[in-house]
Amino acid sequence: MQNPEAAQETAADVAMPLSCEPKWPMLRKDPCGPRKTLVAELGVAHCVAAGTSFPPAPVFLWPPPSERLPIGVPLWIADRAGRRRSDRRVARGKLLLVDNWCRQPGTHYTMTNGGSINSSTHLLDLLDEPIPGVGTYDDFHTIDWVREKCKDRERHRRINSKKKESAWEMTKSLYDAWSGWLVVTLTGLASGALAGLIDIAADWMTDLKEGICFNALWYNHEQCCWGSSETTFEERDKCPQWKTWAELIIGQAEGPGSYIMNYIMYIFWALSFAFLAVSLVKVFAPYACGSGIPEIKTILSGFIIRGYLGKWTLMIKTITLVLAVASGLSLGKEGPLVHVACCCGNIFSYLFPKYSTNEAKKREVLSAASAAGVSVAFGAPIGGVLFSLEEVSYYFPLKTLWRSFFAALVAAFVLRSINPFGNSRLVLFYVEYHTPWYLFELFPFILLGVFGGLWGAFFIRANIAWCRRRKSTKFGKYPVLEVIIVAAITAVIAFPNPYTRLNTSELIRELFTDCGPLESSSLCDYRNDMNASKIVDDIPDRPAGVGVYSAIWQLCLALIFKIIMTVFTFGIKVPSGLFIPSMAIGAIAGRIVGIAVEQLAYYHHDWFIFKEWCEVGADCITPGLYAMVGAAACLGGVTRMTVSLVVIVFELTGGLEYIVPLMAAVMTSKWVGDAFGREGIYEAHIRLNGYPFLDAKEEFTHTTLAADVMRPRRNDPPLAVLTQDNMTVDDIENMINETSYNGFPVIMSKESQRLVGFALRRDLTIAIESARKKQEGIVGSSRVCFAQHTPSLPAESPRPLKLRSILDMSPFTVTDHTPMEIVVDIFRKLGLRQCLAPPWHYNKKRYPPSYGPDGKPRPRFGHVQLNPVDEEREEAEEEVHLLNSTTL
Amino acid sequence: MATPWAGLLRLGSSLSLSCLALSALLLVRTADAAKNSEDVRCKCICPPYKDIPGHIYNRNISQKDCDCLHVVELMSVREPDIEAYCLRCECKYEERSSVTIKVTIIIYLSILGLLLLYMVYLTLVEPILKRRLFGHSQLIQSDDDVGDHQPFANAHDVLARSRSRANVLNKVEYAQQRWKLQVQEQRKSVFDRHVVLS
Repeated sequence: MQNPEAAQETAADVAMPLSCEPKWPMLRKDPCGPRKTLVAELGVAHCVAAGTSFPPAPVFLWPPPSERLPIGVPLWIADRAGRRRSDRRVARGKLLLVDNWCRQPGTHYTMTNGGSINSSTHLLDLLDEPIPGVGTYDDFHTIDWVREKCKDRERHRRINSKKKESAWEMTKSLYDAWSGWLVVTLTGLASGALAGLIDIAADWMTDLKEGICFNALWYNHEQCCWGSSETTFEERDKCPQWKTWAELIIGQAEGPGSYIMNYIMYIFWALSFAFLAVSLVKVFAPYACGSGIPEIKTILSGFIIRGYLGKWTLMIKTITLVLAVASGLSLGKEGPLVHVACCCGNIFSYLFPKYSTNEAKKREVLSAASAAGVSVAFGAPIGGVLFSLEEVSYYFPLKTLWRSFFAALVAAFVLRSINPFGNSRLVLFYVEYHTPWYLFELFPFILLGVFGGLWGAFFIRANIAWCRRRKSTKFGKYPVLEVIIVAAITAVIAFPNPYTRLNTSELIRELFTDCGPLESSSLCDYRNDMNASKIVDDIPDRPAGVGVYSAIWQLCLALIFKIIMTVFTFGIKVPSGLFIPSMAIGAIAGRIVGIAVEQLAYYHHDWFIFKEWCEVGADCITPGLYAMVGAAACLGGVTRMTVSLVVIVFELTGGLEYIVPLMAAVMTSKWVGDAFGREGIYEAHIRLNGYPFLDAKEEFTHTTLAADVMRPRRNDPPLAVLTQDNMTVDDIENMINETSYNGFPVIMSKESQRLVGFALRRDLTIAIESARKKQEGIVGSSRVCFAQHTPSLPAESPRPLKLRSILDMSPFTVTDHTPMEIVVDIFRKLGLRQCLAPPWHYNKKRYPPSYGPDGKPRPRFGHVQLNPVDEEREEAEEEVHLLNSTTL
Repeated sequence: MATPWAGLLRLGSSLSLSCLALSALLLVRTADAAKNSEDVRCKCICPPYKDIPGHIYNRNISQKDCDCLHVVELMSVREPDIEAYCLRCECKYEERSSVTIKVTIIIYLSILGLLLLYMVYLTLVEPILKRRLFGHSQLIQSDDDVGDHQPFANAHDVLARSRSRANVLNKVEYAQQRWKLQVQEQRKSVFDRHVVLS
């Protein structure tokens, strides 16, 4: 273990002002040499030999190979032009700052090979105190992962070094070490409890549309008839305690009058729930609408949406989710539950300074929270972890995996102890099958996969087209009206069909359930002409009765209805998830196919495919299994998930033997879907809204160079730059007011154009504002000094404002001939916020052109440029993203 | 960022959330302790057999007695058929917690009711009160403030948070005002400008 204090001393020993020497001696470490110890400590197994990425210039090794390099010592690498870089390497696709170089406000290390110390330079730095607000981000901006991770390591080091000082510090460091587990525990507890609340309340309110439990108002239909012994085998949901609205209002339970009364009440309740939901969303928390998964994906990739995971969003989303589900709209609660869990994670992370002050660390908690959300939504803890890994997370280290696992476990445990459905299960549509499947059934399963892929492609296209209409035309100005119209249409059409009148989860349960002798629904109305003395479990394939045929018709109508309504429902301004409607569509289609195959096998058991497996009187086709496979396929087609989806579905069924059919169907649906369009619904919505999201799955195929996308373009006016020490406060304020850039490169002077660092706009504004308030003698004409040395000023001039503490002295730079695929990769893997492409200066020699003999740019590491550009160039991440997404 | 007041607010909300989670757990515990005798059932579903129609039996009985012989009324079944009939019945023991359901529904409805009241107050009553008290001009002015996008406004905001305020009432009003502005901003970006969540 290295001693960090020693590291700081070493750093201070060799500190030297930057401006003292115009040309830097070269510093360089052999990347795989003595530093290997350091690299190993940081967890990199493999060291990238990057010797080619720097100019083959005279190189000095610092410290000498004999010395041990303590952690915390910055290693500057200066290139030929004397500009410094911190040495970063990418290993295994993850960012590692090999030199472990970090700054905190007020301490700056500058390194030369001299080792002489200039003690006066630190005098003024000590006066600097951290300015509140510096290092935070504006709304709708992206975070700088590199900076955040650096900050966290620095904080960790500080706590570790103080640990031995006192018992209190020791406790603090223990608290800090445990806070990661604590925060995911609390998140799991809260999301489990909220999921229980949502489940119970949504069930109750859904049944409120039909009637009410007269002697105990808080029971839903099933709980109302819980202890009743008046239920009959045929009508097992009827009991005297449960009163329909017709019974209560007009006093008759049968006949057309009561049907109409129930119809009216159904529509009334559906409309009022929908209206309440949308008005609560509109008044209190507009961010609570929608599914939330596209936004959470974007937030996890480093975007800031203030208030999106706040307490009001949490409360309103929870409350209105129940209303939206109960209103009978074609939507589900699973996606919003992920959002709810993420809100919990965000709120709890404020209790722990480790997470509240660091946006990158907070995202680790959010990854775990989304796992907990899926865990309670589907009762699938492992599926939740995989969902977080496959679908939503951007940065997912092993530590987060374990925490997600734990959060999912805690959440599932809490929900199980609440037992919201009274069946000791976490979801309503839990099923258990034990019948085997046969090889020829793979064919219908793959057909279902094709259907799922087609549905996914159709849904994405249609829904995006509709949402674009909502976004760009006048029609988007009436969100409340839209919700009410959609709810009214849904309710009017849904009521006459018994399969659409049901709550969607119940519909899925009914479709998943296999027809045993105990079932009495019309889906199980088979003709029982076999001899009736067989044992329960082994019901052979039977010919379908009248009930099954009529049920198939109703299911077909329900399928069409669901397909159309889901397209128009997803995206309206109430909390709306997509999982349940997609699953319902797949389950309906699957059940129809299942019954068809079953009848085929019954009537044509002499066909060669059936002959081997399906003897007369054997039970070989399970229509419920087809429904399940269809549900997985449709969900896979829409979201393009694979592994997590299969795991979620098999956790729903508790049967490992159906993994192969599920895999076949999900894979097929992904292939078919990808043939029509590569992105899933969430990526499509991210792109529709234009969020800055660099998808790690997408490949960048263009052959452009950084010079082609960076700003300014060839003929544009130059962007703004700051100079190190000869601008005044007024100059900077003017520049900030006139431009809209998010940050400004700082150069030595207009003449030398050498890059010193990068200052963020927000940090600049906050620092200047606070200096005007707190420091005396800062006026508009004060010089702003980013350099370590204050330039000599005339005696009567006002005191200079030192802003070195907000300067990022190791901005990431690329040359303008770097291929864009590398630039995009750098952005993606390091999580940069911006990347500078400074001009490439030559002092003595000219180098051969970076263009090959065929006129095409050399692909990699072209550090040489023929025509040096005079201005500093800046690329914002958004711009790179823009190029990336619009041209693909 | 983490000023005392904002920190307190956040602490409060986090604490209330954890209280919710804990109370949910406690609720389950207490519900288990005072288990309502109505909260267990043994439900046997017997399919039709020969001339006996299908039937559902429901009995409030302990888990170990949950089988066909204890639950199903076998009086109407002839002696030789009893075994065959019972083999076909499926008995399931189920538990629920009526206290949890009751409390959850009450909590949910009361939060919903409070929110509805507050919504009615915010949308209907408050504008009328404001118009009575301050006249028309102030309303228009407060609408204009929101569109302020000066780059230094943010800095003002951040720095203002670190300033301490005099009394509790002011703080509450300040917090409420800030919240209202935030919601207004959200509403603009979601419903008017359609930049997020469309």
